[in-house]
Amino acid sequence: MKRPAANNIGGALSDAGISRRDFLGFCATLAAAYALPTFSVGAIAAALEKASRASVIWLSFQECTGCTESLTRSHTPTIEGLILEQISLDYHHTLQAASGAAAEQARDDAMRANAGKYLLIVDGSVPLGNPGYSTIAGVSNVDMLREAAKGAAAIIAVGTCAAYGGVAAAQPNPTGAVPVSQVIQDKPVVNVPGCPPIPVVITGVLAHFLTFGSLPELDDLGRPKIFYGESIHDRCYRRPFYDQGKFAENFDDEGARKGWCLFKLGCKGPVTYNACATTKWNNGVSFPIQSGHGCLGCSQPGFWDAGPFYKALSMPTTNAQKAAGIAAAAGVAAGAAMAYANRRKKAAAKAAHAPVKVEDLVQEKKP
Amino acid sequence: MSGLELLTWARGPGLALALAIGLFGIVLRVFEIQALGRKADFAKARAITPGSGWRTIVSRSLPPPGMLKRAPLTYLGGYVFHIGLAIVVFGFAPHIELIRGLFGIRWPGLPNLFVDAATVAAIAAMLAVLVGRLTDPVKRLLSGFGDWLAWTLTFVPLLTGYAAFHHLMENYTLLLALHILSVELLLAVLPFTKLFHVVSLFMARWYNGDIAAKKGVAA
Repeated sequence: MKRPAANNIGGALSDAGISRRDFLGFCATLAAAYALPTFSVGAIAAALEKASRASVIWLSFQECTGCTESLTRSHTPTIEGLILEQISLDYHHTLQAASGAAAEQARDDAMRANAGKYLLIVDGSVPLGNPGYSTIAGVSNVDMLREAAKGAAAIIAVGTCAAYGGVAAAQPNPTGAVPVSQVIQDKPVVNVPGCPPIPVVITGVLAHFLTFGSLPELDDLGRPKIFYGESIHDRCYRRPFYDQGKFAENFDDEGARKGWCLFKLGCKGPVTYNACATTKWNNGVSFPIQSGHGCLGCSQPGFWDAGPFYKALSMPTTNAQKAAGIAAAAGVAAGAAMAYANRRKKAAAKAAHAPVKVEDLVQEKKP
Repeated sequence: MSGLELLTWARGPGLALALAIGLFGIVLRVFEIQALGRKADFAKARAITPGSGWRTIVSRSLPPPGMLKRAPLTYLGGYVFHIGLAIVVFGFAPHIELIRGLFGIRWPGLPNLFVDAATVAAIAAMLAVLVGRLTDPVKRLLSGFGDWLAWTLTFVPLLTGYAAFHHLMENYTLLLALHILSVELLLAVLPFTKLFHVVSLFMARWYNGDIAAKKGVAA
């Protein structure tokens, strides 16, 4: 794998032709993302420049390489990409040149040399159904994860598969896929979900670790609050149309052409927490809703099983009409049975009615 | 179970279950009431006044002379709540989508600001009539468990819907799920509580208006 000559990030960025202005711009973006005051930009820049190249081991389990693709191919070159290049990515079986025993040797060496200090990044879910479902160099995913997690300073679960199980864990979950956090419970695990996650979110978490030596504050789903604190819907530029009651009813109607809200076309923005609407994709060019398609909710746990993609969030996900039809028919039958029972009761009461005659009456005597 | 899983359950099996119970109950009770069997009325009508039953459905919603002054809270509170609730249920775009998803009919929604104002008005009216019910000794004496239950079952969906829309609590997804579940609970128990007036009111008023007209007191 290509390694820059400089042994710290500042030098490496300089070698790569990134101007100080651009670098400070990136630091300012980070400071804004972390809600830090303006004067902290210099401190971030200084810390990042001096940061030694942290050893990173990247394990890929049941995944599609989309997360790696998102990070490496979305746009070139970027500061985010270069920051990632400046970390010492000691093992990544898709990106590294070495293969076979040499690759595994590199992982062992890095784990030994940086014990207790390296960052472990995982993409893909871990199959627990059968260790043979997914192996690397003959080692099952779960064993490799447990071994690599032992000496890690922190673990970053990149992508929805590593964070929540993702597509492999969707019903009926044939491989028994689980997220990283279910296997490793004695180490801090940061979830960076998304299918794939936004590159700047991945590098933002790395930069936080490099700058402050700690992990960012997480929400109850283990995601950094700074990037996953608000819903897509609340930050969406189409939100005013939702509030005005202006919706696209079809993908090619007038509403769609005018850029109205995609709620009726199944947008899951209201229940999806991610930074797509603010940081956007491809260097801030666009994001799915801006491109005319509703949000799928890919950064939420279990999003594959959360109902059809093209049905509005308030619509039924199952065939409720069938149940309603059967229930109505049952209601008619039960109503008829009750009516019959009531009539019989009435008839029986009528039949049992004995008229009272005068001689039946007894005058009560007052005491 | 995460908020999204709960929401998915509420939109799927939960909705089907609530709809089935609610519809079963409504059909059962309508059928039962209709089949109770009044004796045929062979008497000649004192006046021919067609449409009296239909007019009574509307006229019984208007206060009798003097009553608005005597019980303003009951009437005004009742109007504001019922009209507000109707605007919220039938005017909010996501609600219309649910109806479209179930029955295939649709109409344009109202702007959120308008629906929001109706929600606040309906909630305020419900609180006002609750205070009225609690402080008026007669109303309090007349109120039983069924009345408190009906009020609570109606109030919770309004409150959770409002809270979800305004993100008043931390997790919107969970609040939305709770909102849908509270509506499903309302739907499931509707036929078996005083809330059945949503259906029976029309039958009862029509019958009263019709029979009164035959006796010469047309609406």
